[in-house]
Amino acid sequence: MKKREKIDGKVFLLIITILLFLVMYAAGLIIFKSKGFAKPQVFLNLFISNAGLIVIAAGMTMVMITGGIDISVGSIVALTCMMLAWMMEIKGMGAVPALIIVLIMGIVFGLVQGFLIAYLKIQPFIVTLAGMFFARGLTAIISQEMISIKNELFLKWAKSKINLTFLGGTVNKKGVVNYSFIYPSVIIALIVLIGIFVLLKFTKFGRTIYAVGGNEQSALMMGLNVRRTKLLVYVINGFLCSLGGFLFALNTCAGFVEQAKGFEMEAIASAVIGGTLLTGGVGNVFGSLFGVLIKGTIETFITFQGTLSSWWTKITIAALLAFFIILQSLFAKAKEKK
Amino acid sequence: MNKGKAFIKRLTGYRLFLPLFCLVLVLFSNLIKTPGFFEVTIKNGVLYGYIIDVINRASDLVILAVGMTLVVAASGGTDISVGAVMSVAGAVCCFILSGGQQSVNEFVNPYILGVLAAILAGILCGCFNGFLVAKLRIQPMVATLILFTAGRGIAQLITKGQITYIRVESYKMLGSSIPGIPIPTPVFVALIVVLLTYVLLKKTTLGLYIQTVGINAKASKLMGIKSAMIIFLSYAFCGLCAGISGLVASSRIYSADANNIGLNLELDAILAVALGGNSLAGGKFSLLGSVIGAYTIQALSTTLYAMGVSPDQIPVYKAVVVVVIVALQSTELKRMVSKLQMNVKSGKKVA
Amino acid sequence: MPNEIVLSMKNISKTFPGVRALDHVDFTLRSGEIHALMGENGAGKSTLIKVLTGVEEFESGEIKIKGESQTIINHSPQEAQEHGISTVYQEVNLCPNLSVAENLFIGREPKRAGLIDWKTMNRKAAELLSKLDMNIDVTKALENYSIALQQMIAIARAVDMSAKVLILDEPTSSLDDNEVEKLFRLMRRLKADGVGIIFVTHFLEQVYEVCDKITVLRNGGLVGEYETEKLPRVQLVAKMMGKDFDDLEAIKKDGKTAGKSSETVIDAQGIGRQGTIKPYDLQIHKGEVIGLTGLLGSGRSELARSLYGADKPDSGELKVNGKTVVLHTPLDAMMAGMAYLPENRKEEGIVADLSVRENLILALQAKRGMFHPIGSKEQEELANKYVKLLQIKTASLDTPVRSLSGGNQQKVILGRWLLTDPDFLILDEPTRGIDVGTKTEIQKLVVQLAKEGVTVMFISSEIEEMIRTCSRMAVLRDREKVSELMEDELDQNHIMKAIAGGGTDE
Repeated sequence: MKKREKIDGKVFLLIITILLFLVMYAAGLIIFKSKGFAKPQVFLNLFISNAGLIVIAAGMTMVMITGGIDISVGSIVALTCMMLAWMMEIKGMGAVPALIIVLIMGIVFGLVQGFLIAYLKIQPFIVTLAGMFFARGLTAIISQEMISIKNELFLKWAKSKINLTFLGGTVNKKGVVNYSFIYPSVIIALIVLIGIFVLLKFTKFGRTIYAVGGNEQSALMMGLNVRRTKLLVYVINGFLCSLGGFLFALNTCAGFVEQAKGFEMEAIASAVIGGTLLTGGVGNVFGSLFGVLIKGTIETFITFQGTLSSWWTKITIAALLAFFIILQSLFAKAKEKK
Repeated sequence: MNKGKAFIKRLTGYRLFLPLFCLVLVLFSNLIKTPGFFEVTIKNGVLYGYIIDVINRASDLVILAVGMTLVVAASGGTDISVGAVMSVAGAVCCFILSGGQQSVNEFVNPYILGVLAAILAGILCGCFNGFLVAKLRIQPMVATLILFTAGRGIAQLITKGQITYIRVESYKMLGSSIPGIPIPTPVFVALIVVLLTYVLLKKTTLGLYIQTVGINAKASKLMGIKSAMIIFLSYAFCGLCAGISGLVASSRIYSADANNIGLNLELDAILAVALGGNSLAGGKFSLLGSVIGAYTIQALSTTLYAMGVSPDQIPVYKAVVVVVIVALQSTELKRMVSKLQMNVKSGKKVA
Repeated sequence: MPNEIVLSMKNISKTFPGVRALDHVDFTLRSGEIHALMGENGAGKSTLIKVLTGVEEFESGEIKIKGESQTIINHSPQEAQEHGISTVYQEVNLCPNLSVAENLFIGREPKRAGLIDWKTMNRKAAELLSKLDMNIDVTKALENYSIALQQMIAIARAVDMSAKVLILDEPTSSLDDNEVEKLFRLMRRLKADGVGIIFVTHFLEQVYEVCDKITVLRNGGLVGEYETEKLPRVQLVAKMMGKDFDDLEAIKKDGKTAGKSSETVIDAQGIGRQGTIKPYDLQIHKGEVIGLTGLLGSGRSELARSLYGADKPDSGELKVNGKTVVLHTPLDAMMAGMAYLPENRKEEGIVADLSVRENLILALQAKRGMFHPIGSKEQEELANKYVKLLQIKTASLDTPVRSLSGGNQQKVILGRWLLTDPDFLILDEPTRGIDVGTKTEIQKLVVQLAKEGVTVMFISSEIEEMIRTCSRMAVLRDREKVSELMEDELDQNHIMKAIAGGGTDE
């Protein structure tokens, strides 16, 4: 029996990612010790600032497992924020109806893109590239100027801290105890993460997603409904995009045309760095979480460092992305040779 | 009735029918909106008018479309980094010419050095993409994604995060006009690029090889054609075109604006290729088609501007057009339509 | 010991535009029987299977399966599966990234409280496989296991889902001898369990090793159903080729020593490629026409490709004109004077959207190099010359090759290689799909080329063609070169005997 005892490639990639994160964080602890890197809040901030990205990366992971890709996410986030801002400030709608509408918008987007990809079999890249320009343009049509969100309920959501008292606190000059805190957005992100994890691991739909990505032809021959699965993946992804956009809006409390530019790259990079194969069939939302945390850590570095331009984050992420892409393709080539 | 049908069939059968038809359509709608659309006058010794403006502004895109056509033809993929590469090229050029300063009134280094550096930068970017696609066999979309992300960041680094201005008259000439010549320079440059490419494709075997590799890579290998090399070259060439286009764009605004040079042009370039009747799956291609497509897109933008649409909003319409064209090219759609036709013809389906 | 009939196909007919794929074919399968389905090109094997499994529709005839009182029509592989018919293909139709257990149960995973119960699934998978004598770690991804094992897992899945009829479509093509043995063990076990197995294959030895019955198809018609032990190998070969084997008649061919010299052009020693062709020795002399003969799937094309470098061999040494060469790419082979007309013209030959002229000059252009484009005048001259020579029917030189008929497309590719003025020309099925008149032209051309000193390797499924043109033949069976036939042995009987091989009582 020719059982090959080789290191399982996917596990290997995931381990690299987790190690990378730990190493980076540890480096940060050492380098920026004096600047207060060691505070638990720094770690929690990774989640706070990237709650939206976590949700979107989860959706992106799903899409990439099927072998597809979605580069419209950044624009959909911008569209979501703009729609929320416009509905609440210009149209005077309540926060809840506005939220419901953007979530529906996300689903519709996913439906259209999913149909073109799953049923008309157009390359996902082209469809979502068009989607990217469509959504971005739509954002500009809604309003060319920035709209700040002043809706009471929304701001309440945005500002409601959840104090993590169990982590202990520090007493500041005024005698007030400052606890480490998170926002509800973090909870939502984590719920989504766990939900998608369960979906992918424990449902027939989730396993079909992996099958489709592994070998679409085989999946078809095994009687799985490939088209419908793909469509649903993009629909769910659309929903997650708008949900992530909502979380993003909680952070920025504004809608403007240039928002979230390049966001899709961060989502893709997080997924790839987290061990999702570009060729499909392999992916893990928790790996993507670590991808997000790595990106967050890099950003934190740059903030703490103070002098480097924020473009360095983008470049580092792109370099990491390139590194992992090349690593993946080398693995694939090695596998082919066997 | 049959004669009419036959005529229409013949007419639509011409390769360039679709692009020409679209161009005529758009020009016509421009004419409706702006009666003086085709008027041409001479201002300051240079041709002036709406139509001139369209042809002028389209030049950047035309140059990009040339490179993109070859990439699509040879590999069936697209290079979405072209906009970012333009930005890099512009940044490199201005950096060299300004010697690292933010604004200069005269060349610190010779003009030719800046130009060569920019072109080289473009070629290098193209080689990077080509290596990933041809050698490592990474999907083109994904491979070019890297520069798409990082390119502008690199450009920012080169210009140190600020817009670098070259306030030298001779620098602006590339983007506007050379004294004594009534035709705006970008139009020339575009023309030269198209012609040189055409010659290159015809006079060497490159055109033939690109089509062969794009149509049937297996057969081409068996015949001794090095398909990997051809694909690599197509991406390198696309990078070269992006470099040249970046120079022109930079010269127009006599600066290097890393964020804005070439912004959104990648979609336009892909659209131009598709509009030119070229299949995005690769194979046989028509350079002229892409060129016509590029001018059509510029004319379309002009129409939209005239209707009060702002530059930020135009992508919406372009996105729809791209999807429609690609959907029409999709074989699945054709299959669905013919199935529908068959069902309608045969009446009720027997269970 | 008559087992009950588990599948009965009667009078099945199917027509594709222009060709009668199946003509009143009968096929009967009993439970606990391993039944081989054999036939050469265009016999109708795959069509019969497709009709049975619902991939294609059929026009007339009926299919009956045990357990169903009415005749059945399968409209899809899923429906076929519901009726108890599963197929395992040569390309393992499983998902390499999923675990073994998942591949076995996907689409019907055991659930608990609405969620997939991995523990139960893994346990059931291990049980299923151990029943079939496979004891492997079911939690590992499928791609960690060899193709042979993957195939057996595919079979396990198929059998678990529907246990009446199992169709194995060329399962052994990518297996080595050990793996084939394992597969046979599994098949025998299934047979003991009462499963009816249809074994579609080209490998003669394997058929005789494991099959109870053989059904032979030819050109869409049924030749007959036979019991394996009662059918001598030679008879089987004869029936597949549509010939009569007459022991008494042995027609001697007179010498066809056209231009044959003793100069060795090609000297191959131990060239082989794992999984494709076993290492062989072959010497070819200048001006010879050497034929490669054997049943479909015996490795003829593979041998040719290994010589040309289309599929790089992993062992052996090649000498061309006395000099050792290493052919990394087809271009190297071309520069050494070789030319190769591939068997699959659609996928590896024609460049569909390019014109006749372009298709013709491509190989020569590749030889000349990128910086020496052939001028349009020369292109036209050369193209016209070969259009005339081969009588290629085309509206003009600039017509896309796509619009030519299959036969004319073939002529274009032939012309392409002739244009390169090769010393050694490999022709793999050059006359397939060509009209009779042109077939003769090509054969004459081959003999003519040989006279002029060109060495030709000729592969064809039609024995007469090869007999007419070849001065020597190499015989292949089951991916191995087994013997050579000299000029005086080039007649049907000798050839069929050589192909069939086998023991003295067969």
